[in-house]
Amino acid sequence: MAEHTIKAFDDEIDRLRGLIAEMGGRAEAAIENAMLALQRHDKVLAAEVVADDRRIDAIEAEVEKLVVEVIALRAPMANDLRDVIAALKIVSVVERIGDYAKNIAKRVPLVATNSRTVEPISLLPSMGQVAGEMVHDVLNAYAARDADLALAVVERDTVVDDFYNSVFRTLVTYMVENPKTISECAHLLFIAKNIERIGDHATNVAEMVYYAATGKTLPERERGPDIQMED
Amino acid sequence: MTDEQKSLAPANPKMTARDVKVFYGPKQAIKGVSIDVDMDNVTAFIGPSGCGKSTFLRTLNRMNDTVASARVEGTITLDGEDIYAPSMDVVQLRARVGMVFQKPNPFPKSIYENIAYGPRIHGLAASKADMDVIVEKSLRRAGLWEEVKDRLQDSGTALSGGQQQRLCIGRAIAVEPEVILMDEPCSALDPIATAKIEELIHELRGRYAIVIVTHNMQQAARVSQRTAFFHLGELVEYGVTSDIFTNPKAERTKDYITGRYG
Repeated sequence: MAEHTIKAFDDEIDRLRGLIAEMGGRAEAAIENAMLALQRHDKVLAAEVVADDRRIDAIEAEVEKLVVEVIALRAPMANDLRDVIAALKIVSVVERIGDYAKNIAKRVPLVATNSRTVEPISLLPSMGQVAGEMVHDVLNAYAARDADLALAVVERDTVVDDFYNSVFRTLVTYMVENPKTISECAHLLFIAKNIERIGDHATNVAEMVYYAATGKTLPERERGPDIQMED
Repeated sequence: MTDEQKSLAPANPKMTARDVKVFYGPKQAIKGVSIDVDMDNVTAFIGPSGCGKSTFLRTLNRMNDTVASARVEGTITLDGEDIYAPSMDVVQLRARVGMVFQKPNPFPKSIYENIAYGPRIHGLAASKADMDVIVEKSLRRAGLWEEVKDRLQDSGTALSGGQQQRLCIGRAIAVEPEVILMDEPCSALDPIATAKIEELIHELRGRYAIVIVTHNMQQAARVSQRTAFFHLGELVEYGVTSDIFTNPKAERTKDYITGRYG
């Protein structure tokens, strides 16, 4: 894209995009590490995920400040305006994604898997991977202003939803058969729900990226039947 | 706001231009512009210097007639009537399509006379009492009455720049025009005087069809409901103002309004 006549404006937009890329990278790493900590029952790694979330929160605050400044001082228009507004909305969603990863990490010490008694746990890493990839791709879509890639992320959300429904059914069945594992399984259910929410949030970001790139809003998605449990 | 581009077909077109071309000697300044000016919306013309927006504005009340080398082709109508037809009385036309210029240009006469001059030569007032009514009404509509009612005999040129410009708007209003053309009416004014003119434009909307040429894109965004972007003598894009400023269709429009031009 052509440069602005006022170069400082380009610098600010670049800085904004750089911060969002960093924030997205950190959220993605948090998901990956939280899932790894869960699989390996690694409390140290889990604690790191929790601690690193502060940096994600700090970037959100930095982006908010920068966006307010850009709007006040540059009066952005058209695609610049859409970019800046999308940035503001995206960081608040990515911050939530970071919180979900943190929440998963916090549950790691509570899931006593020394004996590895709970089988359904095997589905969660794959589910986490899909959600992590959605976050990764959607931030690439933002960086490249790629509406098609954003659409592909939206379409992938059903995979995560299907995973969630499958994990839910499996865990419920498992709990019925093994009442002693109910406490542990409840934590796993929350973890599954957190991953499912990460997928939803990545989808929301994709919608913002699509709007920023094209100036059009996506039509409301068809939502399949969902087992709704608020966390 | 819906996704679909809001309909541009004016419910109530006051003026229409079809394939208008303007030449200054051998040089073509306007290259086939077609546009409808809506009665109920303020229309802003934006574009870089030399893009033809002022030239085009001036075709709407035949101000280009005063430029010897200028030649206008195409069709422009006011209420369906061809304004370039030989039968058109240009003086009458300019009463119906008034104009406000970049620099406030009050007559070197009293405030009262500035307003009264037009109605008098057009025979709109039968008596002094009639004229008093016209002067007060025009100054009220121009948002100037309260500031000048006690000094109507003072010279118009003694007013501040912003007041002078509102006096010029009052002068244009006094002859009961149907269309008001404004050629960068705020470029010589400070932000407060500018805000007063913009508020005035907002109040006058609907009563007159208003077309404003402005270099200030924020002003176009603030005062207009329709925006036309001109570049190199062409009408590049014409649309609902909120669409033009959030999601312009043409690359040239986008580059201009986002500050990437040149």
